[in-house]
Amino acid sequence: MSAPTTVVSLKIDGKDVSGRADETILDVASENKIHIPTLCFLEGLSGWGACRLCLVEIKGSHKLLSACVTKVAEGMEVTTDSPRLLKYRRMVVQLLFAERNHVCSVCVSNGHCELQNLAQVLGITHIDIPYRYPTLPFDASHDLFRLDHNRCVLCTRCVRVCDEIEGAHTLDVMGRGIDCRVIIDLNEPWGSSQTCTTCGKCVRVCPTGALTRKGTGVAEMEKDDQFLPYLTRMRGSQS
Amino acid sequence: MSAQEPAAAVKKVRIATVWLDGCSGCHMSFLDMDQRLLELAPLIELVYSPLVDHKEFPPDVDVTLVEGSVSTDEDLRKIRMIRGRTKILVSLGDCAVTGNVPAMRNPFGAAATLDRAYNENAQLQKQTPTLHLPTLLERVRPVHEVVEVDVFVPGCPPPADAIFYVVGELLAGRTPDVGAVTRFGR
Amino acid sequence: MTAEELETIAQEEREACGRKKHHLHVCMAAGCLSSCSDRVKDALEAQVKAAGLEEHCQVKPVGCMGLCAAGPLVSVADQNVMYKEVTPDDAADIVGALKTQQPVQRLHCRMDVPFFARQKKIVLENCGVIDPERIEEYIAAGGYTALHQALTSMNTAEVIAEVSRSGLRGRGGAGYPTGLKWSMVAKAGGATKYVICNADEGDPGAFMDRSVLESDPHRVLEGMAIAAYAVGASRGYIYVRAEYPLAVKRLKIAIRQAEKQGLLGHNIFGTPLSFEIDIRLGAGAYVCGEETALIASIEGERGQPRPRPPFPAESGLWGAPTLINNVETFANIPPIIRQGGQWYAAIGTEKSKGTKTFALAGKVNNTGLIEVPMGITLREIIYDMGGGIPDGKKFKAVQTGGPSGGCIPEQFLDMPVDYDSLVKVGSIMGSGGMIIMDETSSMVDVARYFMEFCMTESCGKCVPCRVGTVQMHDLLTKIIDRKATVRDLALLEELCDMVRNTSLCGLGQNAPNAVLSTLRYFRNEYDELLVEDDAEPALADAGAKENAS
Repeated sequence: MSAPTTVVSLKIDGKDVSGRADETILDVASENKIHIPTLCFLEGLSGWGACRLCLVEIKGSHKLLSACVTKVAEGMEVTTDSPRLLKYRRMVVQLLFAERNHVCSVCVSNGHCELQNLAQVLGITHIDIPYRYPTLPFDASHDLFRLDHNRCVLCTRCVRVCDEIEGAHTLDVMGRGIDCRVIIDLNEPWGSSQTCTTCGKCVRVCPTGALTRKGTGVAEMEKDDQFLPYLTRMRGSQS
Repeated sequence: MSAQEPAAAVKKVRIATVWLDGCSGCHMSFLDMDQRLLELAPLIELVYSPLVDHKEFPPDVDVTLVEGSVSTDEDLRKIRMIRGRTKILVSLGDCAVTGNVPAMRNPFGAAATLDRAYNENAQLQKQTPTLHLPTLLERVRPVHEVVEVDVFVPGCPPPADAIFYVVGELLAGRTPDVGAVTRFGR
Repeated sequence: MTAEELETIAQEEREACGRKKHHLHVCMAAGCLSSCSDRVKDALEAQVKAAGLEEHCQVKPVGCMGLCAAGPLVSVADQNVMYKEVTPDDAADIVGALKTQQPVQRLHCRMDVPFFARQKKIVLENCGVIDPERIEEYIAAGGYTALHQALTSMNTAEVIAEVSRSGLRGRGGAGYPTGLKWSMVAKAGGATKYVICNADEGDPGAFMDRSVLESDPHRVLEGMAIAAYAVGASRGYIYVRAEYPLAVKRLKIAIRQAEKQGLLGHNIFGTPLSFEIDIRLGAGAYVCGEETALIASIEGERGQPRPRPPFPAESGLWGAPTLINNVETFANIPPIIRQGGQWYAAIGTEKSKGTKTFALAGKVNNTGLIEVPMGITLREIIYDMGGGIPDGKKFKAVQTGGPSGGCIPEQFLDMPVDYDSLVKVGSIMGSGGMIIMDETSSMVDVARYFMEFCMTESCGKCVPCRVGTVQMHDLLTKIIDRKATVRDLALLEELCDMVRNTSLCGLGQNAPNAVLSTLRYFRNEYDELLVEDDAEPALADAGAKENAS
């Protein structure tokens, strides 16, 4: 027998709902088909509460709380879609677009990127915040994967999946504030990592084009047919 | 119907399209409206465009569709002039809306970009051209960073359907819900 | 250790002290030490020896005497005389003056001036009086009797009730009622609980906690031990920044001495209370002063905050209920237990009880450390105690609360200093930094300075703080460079609102305060810098163009 669960009743956007006391607001909302936008959250990983997209209003609290880490409580009254929340969510996404160099049209993730989708869902048609255009590096030293910091939103899904699921903790974050970077081991080239198991989980959880599998870009489709003259020449010389 | 036609002809909406720093893809997408262009034809008058032969940007335009980012002093001069002569300015496509590909030089600066193009990678006659060419701005900027923009239509390029919808809504005097028909990238 | 043994130590110490006729105290806290007070002490010792006064005169290293601007400070305790700006060469005159009882005029620092006279010392009562490296002196000054009293004659509920009665609020900045916090941790379930002292003082211009740790470390240990008893913890940590080496050294000495005397460790005063304290060094991240980031740092993780709830009182260090208080909060505990919550609550204002230490810095004549009753006005602090603005300049604003605080203009100088009044005018109490600015300061510049601080100290975890502070800083720079338009200012205000309401922790939530408060009171300074047009210049190759045409 598992421990007894307490069931609590609450209101989300005026709708009466119930959930287990150990569930988050986001859990209960999605069970009830109430959509709250997220970015750093990924089911199966620990809550992080950093992207601030899932912020909700709770009656009686003057602070906005992130739905992905805040547990439900009896009598809670949650608002997930006030004009104010929508405004803040739009600004979060705009800040992310302006932070690094997100050029959707030339990105490998164009068409299946969570940041791109968020912009559309939230009705963002342009960025009002000045673009920063930082100069950022690119790590293509790994045989199978690439890390492009230009497209990273620092959601740390890769860091968490590598630590919590794969158990390798190859990835982590270095630096402070705007200088934060996802790093491999102690900031080494990915290709020379001794801890990376090449499992590819990081690539699969990345919401943008920051972590990608190699061999999918247009330039990588170059075929090598020069082996043929060499082969025929060598075979000819044998006879 | 026939009685109303002359009146409608008088009220034709004056539309212009311009091409700043872009690849002309957005104009191609505009042409991709295909036969629907014929539906638009009776309602609009194309008063200035790379697609038609007008030399001067007229002073009283109802709607201007702008393709491309603001990358040179010439672009800057042009867009300011256009803004002054246009009622509704539409940023058409990612270059106008975000800076997109032209803005990919921004992390490096204009001088480094010219140097890479005309010196480092040049096989013959390494020299930066200056004659009859506009001067690059230090940073490529989306249109709305330099003038007020009324409608944004992202996409690289925005689909023909999206352009048709946006133009249709504007002709009808409504504000288009652009997010429903297009987004950054494709 | 028993009460009798404690009394014996105190007695012996007082007797030893009484055998000396003269007492020369030399400040050996960081401020005076950095102007070579150690050499002054050596010189005084040499002169005492040369004068054959060794039997009668004691030269004692003590902690901070407060008037840091005039260091090195030396006081003649038996004659109630203080000397300022003392050099080793002055030692002979000072020792010579002991006999004549006539203070050396050129060095004399009057103690009847408001800077000293208006202070009410509770937290700082031993600072500049006792040798911080000798537990005997702390005991002689009544130290550890509060711990004994709490452990032997009060139950835990009574201790918490006494703290609640005092009305003490968190001195780290937020002002959360201390008694309430203690009772939350006490009520929380679980066999293991922790007490943490937050000594990660990082506000620019703030040095209250450093002075307490350097001058009277045992007071903090005693406060923590009382807290441990009250909430049921058996282990404590002091999280102190590595930039405070002297504080760390004195804390280490103090912990060792207390353990040796049985005042920390197993079965303190023969009661079931066991309490050990360890020091953890902060590696220079301001955000680690935020309690959840501090806990992460102690756990060996990256110093990043996490969303609350759960609050540390429920789930803190290693998931256990954890009490976190600031240095000054703990330093207030022993006197509250000794003299009662009622006594403490009689000081200060209705909602802000007791005293508060402030570090006066910036454009003020008397830079230094003061402790004043809550409710004193800013004018009294700045003009009476601080001695006003140097060089006949005009006062413009005072910044309180560090990077999270705001700038308060002249019109509020007569406002009482307490938690709620400061919030009302757009600032906060903070940990006690007070930076005074004169007419020459540009308020936009000041706002940018604090924004730069927040930007570089942002941990980078949440988007609003990581990117928002940079954007705000860039906009402020643009304004200062006279390139910003009305649109930029509007965006700045929008970002202030967004970052304040959406950031994960207090660092981000309060980062816009400096901008908001300066916009509120000095908006004209922003407006004056705005321009019509912000077009960037074209690439500078006009010369090449001319040649071509």
